[in-house]
Amino acid sequence: MQKETAISIRGLSKSFGKVKANENIDLDLYKGEILALLGENGSGKTTLMNMLAGIYYPDKGSISVNGRTVNIRSPKDAFELGIGMVHQHFKLVDVLTAAENIILGEEGKLNIKEANEKIKAICDKYGFEVDPSKKIYSMSVSEKQTVEIVKVLYRGADILILDEPTAVLTPQETEKLFQVMRNMKEDGKAIIIITHKLNEVKAISDRVVVLRQGTYIGDIITEMSDEREMTDMMVGRKVVLNIERPLPVSPTPRIIVDKLNIKDVNGIYKIKDVSFEVNSGEILGIAGISGCGQKELLEAIAGLRKVESGSIRYIDEKGDAEELIGLDPRKINDMGVALSFVPEDRLGMGLVGNMDITDNMMLRSFRQGGSPFTDRKGPQELASNVVEELEVVTPGIDTPVRKLSGGNVQKVLVGREIARAPKVLMTAYAVRGLDINSAYTIYDLINNQKKKGVAVMFVGEDLDVLLQISDRILVLCDGMVSGILDGRTAAKNEVGMLMTRLGGKADE
Amino acid sequence: MFDFVSFIPRAVGQGIPLLFGSTGEILTEKSGNLNLGIPGVMYAGGICGVIGSFYYEQSGDINGALAILIPLLCSLLGSLLMGILYCFLTVTLRANQNVTGLAMTTFGIGVGNFFGGSLIKLSGADVPSIALSRTSLYFSKSLPFADKLGVFGKLFLSYGFLAYAAVVIALVVAFVIKKTRIGLHLRAVGESPATADAAGINVTKYKYFATCIGCMIAGLGGLYYVMDYACGVWSNDAFGDRGWLAIALVIFTIWKSDVSIPASILFGGLYIIYLYIPTGMDHMEIKELYKMLPYIVTLLVLIISSMRNKRENQPPASLGLPYFREER
Repeated sequence: MQKETAISIRGLSKSFGKVKANENIDLDLYKGEILALLGENGSGKTTLMNMLAGIYYPDKGSISVNGRTVNIRSPKDAFELGIGMVHQHFKLVDVLTAAENIILGEEGKLNIKEANEKIKAICDKYGFEVDPSKKIYSMSVSEKQTVEIVKVLYRGADILILDEPTAVLTPQETEKLFQVMRNMKEDGKAIIIITHKLNEVKAISDRVVVLRQGTYIGDIITEMSDEREMTDMMVGRKVVLNIERPLPVSPTPRIIVDKLNIKDVNGIYKIKDVSFEVNSGEILGIAGISGCGQKELLEAIAGLRKVESGSIRYIDEKGDAEELIGLDPRKINDMGVALSFVPEDRLGMGLVGNMDITDNMMLRSFRQGGSPFTDRKGPQELASNVVEELEVVTPGIDTPVRKLSGGNVQKVLVGREIARAPKVLMTAYAVRGLDINSAYTIYDLINNQKKKGVAVMFVGEDLDVLLQISDRILVLCDGMVSGILDGRTAAKNEVGMLMTRLGGKADE
Repeated sequence: MFDFVSFIPRAVGQGIPLLFGSTGEILTEKSGNLNLGIPGVMYAGGICGVIGSFYYEQSGDINGALAILIPLLCSLLGSLLMGILYCFLTVTLRANQNVTGLAMTTFGIGVGNFFGGSLIKLSGADVPSIALSRTSLYFSKSLPFADKLGVFGKLFLSYGFLAYAAVVIALVVAFVIKKTRIGLHLRAVGESPATADAAGINVTKYKYFATCIGCMIAGLGGLYYVMDYACGVWSNDAFGDRGWLAIALVIFTIWKSDVSIPASILFGGLYIIYLYIPTGMDHMEIKELYKMLPYIVTLLVLIISSMRNKRENQPPASLGLPYFREER
């Protein structure tokens, strides 16, 4: 087959502040091929694609489309070059119909009938099923995605970028999508698909490009490779970080989760039949690609999320067990189960940006004491302690938290949770976006808790860290337990395989 | 016996300012701007028209076309300035829409009363009002044969031209929002500005235009009230809380300006129904209860429409929220 280049990227770099999201990336995309872009969380796949779609502007490097060097400054520029991207979070107006969404932004006289015909022609050509007069809000996730893809095609895109399109689909819907993608490929369109799932990469792509920590690692022809090789390229060689890992002292079960099931608002299982236990004096690492149920699991334990079925029991020091499901979150909290969740925007959960450090400490203690006035002395002391011990860089304890840098905000959040001497500590993404030194401070804090006999659950994005800090690693895949490994002997690619495929078995 | 023939024209007269106000606010809210400054804008529209016609009447003989055009243009200009002010604060500077709107209401009423008071002083009248009866004559002029058509003429043809303009504008706005590409884009901006932006729609432009045009339409309500309904008599605070009723109507009509035509007349009727229900001299306090009717009806509609929970009947999804592109 003659290869005609659709896009070629040379030396593209993009950084956000100090973080280099993409560095010196070269990539070619040919017409009539499906290219899978593979990489861990935070390896820069979406950033790279956003530069093609005109959402970000590169710091350095060049992009050429159909052999011509171009400057993509806005989504509109990208449309005009025939590049269309389907984002992970759909950009659709809920109360409008499919057709209205598809023609949004076009000029000229409004003619829904003509648009409907054109949409129907596109659907027939590639095998989509879309009802143009159906409102978006009454559609299922896969229908919405179809509308997004049709929208891109309606605009005349020849180059399609799909950002984790299968993350929200059932296996049957995924197969349907793949069929459509093959039809588009036959038609000479170039497609880039971002995914974590190796079996899908094998099923759909012609070629795989692997990114790791913002750099281009290499490309392989899918047919000539296997999942092990891809995993190795994706996770790289083991990095030595030297995080302390003391042996657990007399571990006894603290939390026992049994056959837990959780559904989301759409009725899709986020956690399915999950059973495990967490011991005192031990760190249980929880690994998994993003959105595979870690957040739901922790929230269920903290009492913040409704559980479908199963049980979560808390065993206190005396050995008495109590069921946590159905208890008030505050009650669970009082029992010594602490959750420090660091969301993407860091401040979203747990801290109030406009309040100072002391007041944020008070969010945990304001219910104590019988007087109608709040006690400020205790929280003030606590705030000073946290600032001193964790070396929080701040002008003072009365500075609004929003004015602190990300790392310092996280220290305040984790510090506050730890200061309550919890029996169970759950942290999610505790080092998200932190520089290496702040990250080590947080690791030390967590290790100190472990030494005190606290049962720690640690959800992290970085596999290297997870492998070095955890005593045991629970790997989730699609909301199910893919495996529980010993942290001291587990290999990185083994965890990687378990994350991307249930049970971690290589090809069927 | 309830006197429908005299009640309906009065209800329509009361309803027209509400129709102007609600049409303007519907257009504004469709762009995602919650303009609570509408009562102030309507005051400003009224007083600017009054100022224009006051000076024109002072200049001596008046000509029919100019007597209409000058107050009309002054009124449009006044409310346009209010609209630009609101947009500048909330769209360009991204100020809080609620606070800005409330401040504009206070400001608009203050402007109305300040200039109204000044004009009253200038005219040297012994009553606290200005009568612009010569201008008003042109504004309230109905079709010449209306009187000859009996009840039909009285119910349908006895109004000044602005009343018919209000109906036409309401229908046009409804058509534009529902059936044209501009309307589609406007709805997208109000529902999800990020989506609209990604589709290449100029969000800022749509917000500015919708809000400014909406303000100009609402301002005409103030002008109609003074020039036609009140027969050209401006007295301070006479316009009352009609601006708030117009905003209540937006919810009542579930953001449809064509529905607002009968709804405004209904509200106009409810607003004055206490004058038509005989209560006797012993129970004057009951009249006060009747004055609550429009507000009670709004509350009921609000409860019912939120219970039905149909997506089309909800306010535009990003109503009241400023839009930053960088927050994508």
